Amino acid sequence: MTDISTGSGHGPSENTPAKLGYSPVADIPHRPRVADTDPKAARRAERQVASMFMLSMLFVVLFIVAYIAIDKSATVYVPVFGAVGAMNIALGFTMGVAIFLIGAGAIQWAKKLMPDVEVVQQRHDLVSPTEATKEAAANYERGKEESGFARFKIIRRTLIGAMVLFPIPLVVMLRDLWISPPGNPSPSELLTTTLWEDGTRVVTDATYLPIRPEDIPVGGLVSAAPADLPEVQEAEHDLNARGKAAIILVRMDPAEIVSQQGDGWDYQGILAYSKICTHVGCPIALYEQRTHHLLCPCHQSTFDLSDSGNVIFGPAARRMPQLPIGVDAEGFIVAKAPFAEPVGPSFWERG
Amino acid sequence: MSTTNPAAASPAAASPIEAAGGGVATYVDQRVGSNKFLGRNLGKVFPDHWSFMLGEIALYSFLVVLLSGVYLTLFFKPSMVEVIYNGSYVPLKGIEMSEAYASTLDISFDVRGGLLIRQMHHWAALIFVAAIAVHMFRVFFTGAFRKPREFNWILGVGLATLALAAGFSGYSLPDDLLSGTGLQIARGIVQSIPIVGTWGAFLLFGGEFPGTDFISRLYGIHILLVPGLILALVTVHLMLVWTQKHTQFPGPGRTNNNVVGYPLMPVYMAKAGGFFFIVFGICTLIAGLVTINPIWLFGPYTPDQVSAGSQPDWYIGWLDGALRIMPNLESYLFGYTISWNILIPAVIMPGIVFTALALYPFLEAWVTGDKREHHLLDRPRNTPTRTGIGVMAITFYGLLWIGGGNDIIATSFNLTINSITWFLRITIFVLPPIAFVVTKRICLALQRRDRDKLLHGYETGRVLRLPHGEFIEVHETINYKEMAVITSKSDIAPLPAPVKVDADGVANRKYRIQSLRAKLSNFFYADNITKPTTAEIEAAQHHIDHDAALEAPLHAYEDADEIRNAHGGVLHHPGMANTNAEQLAGRTDH
Repeated sequence: MTDISTGSGHGPSENTPAKLGYSPVADIPHRPRVADTDPKAARRAERQVASMFMLSMLFVVLFIVAYIAIDKSATVYVPVFGAVGAMNIALGFTMGVAIFLIGAGAIQWAKKLMPDVEVVQQRHDLVSPTEATKEAAANYERGKEESGFARFKIIRRTLIGAMVLFPIPLVVMLRDLWISPPGNPSPSELLTTTLWEDGTRVVTDATYLPIRPEDIPVGGLVSAAPADLPEVQEAEHDLNARGKAAIILVRMDPAEIVSQQGDGWDYQGILAYSKICTHVGCPIALYEQRTHHLLCPCHQSTFDLSDSGNVIFGPAARRMPQLPIGVDAEGFIVAKAPFAEPVGPSFWERG
Repeated sequence: MSTTNPAAASPAAASPIEAAGGGVATYVDQRVGSNKFLGRNLGKVFPDHWSFMLGEIALYSFLVVLLSGVYLTLFFKPSMVEVIYNGSYVPLKGIEMSEAYASTLDISFDVRGGLLIRQMHHWAALIFVAAIAVHMFRVFFTGAFRKPREFNWILGVGLATLALAAGFSGYSLPDDLLSGTGLQIARGIVQSIPIVGTWGAFLLFGGEFPGTDFISRLYGIHILLVPGLILALVTVHLMLVWTQKHTQFPGPGRTNNNVVGYPLMPVYMAKAGGFFFIVFGICTLIAGLVTINPIWLFGPYTPDQVSAGSQPDWYIGWLDGALRIMPNLESYLFGYTISWNILIPAVIMPGIVFTALALYPFLEAWVTGDKREHHLLDRPRNTPTRTGIGVMAITFYGLLWIGGGNDIIATSFNLTINSITWFLRITIFVLPPIAFVVTKRICLALQRRDRDKLLHGYETGRVLRLPHGEFIEVHETINYKEMAVITSKSDIAPLPAPVKVDADGVANRKYRIQSLRAKLSNFFYADNITKPTTAEIEAAQHHIDHDAALEAPLHAYEDADEIRNAHGGVLHHPGMANTNAEQLAGRTDH
């Protein structure tokens, strides 16, 4: 094939671009590719494309072999990637290469063997011809006239009213996306109450063992939950109670406590705080015992547990709620009262 | 419609496959009249440029997400019912977890190829969002959103938003510790909305957090609602590209009224079709080689645990960053709470960003008063204000994104989170305007350079000593391609300031709005470097010709062109020494 940018070299074929609605760009010089002038190069390109398609088929076969032969728990060491699942890497590699080669072959075909002469097509006006616009307007006017939409005021207004009202049932029915629990508590009531009550025993959050003050060394931190959490969780089949009641116990030298949210809410330097961040609700357990700072891993709000859990940095606007604690007759740590304020993120009705 | 058509009428010398294809074409055509469309469109010309592939990447990665997603639905169980895991991943055996998480573990460890498809789904989704973002940059910086393509820009903004929704809803489905934490944050954000937030959160989650409804609700949204909308919008997006024809970059022979490129059949059929397989293949290879979202390491979700260094997928990072750097403002009014610390970064700011993005084409058209159709793309340097605004937005985004990783940055570079946060709180206001000014100045400097090239040609590096001893550097006319590109610039004059009271003493009622518009128009265009006039270019050409005439005697040397190219512009003729060594050798010979 020769340079056809001048429009002369394309041969007398039926399908000359001009007949198909476009023509080569006259003023762009075109440099023929090797495959255009050298039949050997063209043959070579043809072979390259065909071998890519051929290899693609081969990799599909390899995929099937890997799928059947490899044990799904086998691992294999691959440099750079380390020990990886043999199955995943084998399937991904064979399937990926098989698919990739189809694309590579097609593009090589287009680049080496299909015409690379840029052609021109004219754009057409997007705007409709005047007659069409007139016809549309006339049809609209006729329809408006014949229906009497403009004349029958009462029909028009009642129709608009009906159209406005009819989606209401669709919205109303969304109300029961949340079925209120027995007693019909409002969302803010639910957000305000937790399992903690006067006398609720404090237990570890994973093993549910009661905790004695002497179990917590100075500087220590224990993630804890109310003792009745397992039964409640069993009864309610969800993690809602856990999400609200989670607390942490920290112990510090009583002399280091600057302030608390209530008088004597600690027990011998052991303080209990909600674990749920007052910003957007992430559980917090990053505690620096030297400074008594508690850091939220999500948005880095920092609270000072030796000073009423006040915010000292970050986006949280509220202190961490403190739970007053003491010990019961058997010497285990218990709550002395429910939380005095709602735990977790703020909400409109919180006040 | 006649029963004979070109496909049926020319069966001579057709291979069996072609004959069969023609038969099918005829069969279909007789029922839907498809050949009219094919005849018009198989030869449709598309312009070629690497940046036009960005949108293609988005489309193809979306198809990969759809395909892999359909496969995942066959195995995933969107349920929050607690089950005891008993699959083949030993560390979690016997642990209580939601069915969603257990089935995700099964897909990862017990379904052969399941992990591959899961990772393909995740990787392709990340590529999808990234490709949309970069495609959007291309469209923005080249002004492809201008008339008549404003609708398609809005569709694109809608698609970008839906892509974020698709990504976040999918990320949240496996119910692992990380995704659950993301949902907890999302709930906190909903809860911060004044008046309706608390109820909204209860309705969305079916009660308190985490509840037992949300995963199955999200599943419907993730596999039906969002992808359905994306598919619908993508279809319209592509139909509009088709009817409006693709924009093209300026170049020789390219005008606002034509399309220069290659025909759909066969070149783009092969290139675009092939490119789909390339994207598909690369997604598969990455999924096979690189682990993403190893949910088995995070453990099942429980609302009282979180791991340090929690990071969202990349495209949510900027929103998370905004939440992180926001100061802790909260106000209490009449017994109600307004959490500005959440509302501003997570609701108001993204709302403004996406609204501004959608409205930008209309704002710019109003300011510039430009009502023409544009099919020839702008070079970013020729619209310094728009380019500046774009870079400003990217800077803003980038800073928020850094904020999203402030804990990782703090531990990696041994900085304190407080100092990073304060740095960002200040630079978020300071750096974007600086980026704007710097970008605008760079664009104007590039415009000056273009003007210089038109007026003085390019510097050849060939220094010529004239007979009277003066040295000049020979300039030559830039090549025709560059010439076509540079001269494509269209100069727009800023709108004139409106008159307050006209000659007849009538007050201009629209004075204030017109004056604002004129000021903005000035802001857009006043600094523009005007393109030289034809007369100026001709004069410049004359000057260049003059240089050439001075140099002409030297070109009389045989093969001067070749020599000039071979010796970096040093005039050289056969027989002359090429190196100092050769020259010295020549001397000793004498």
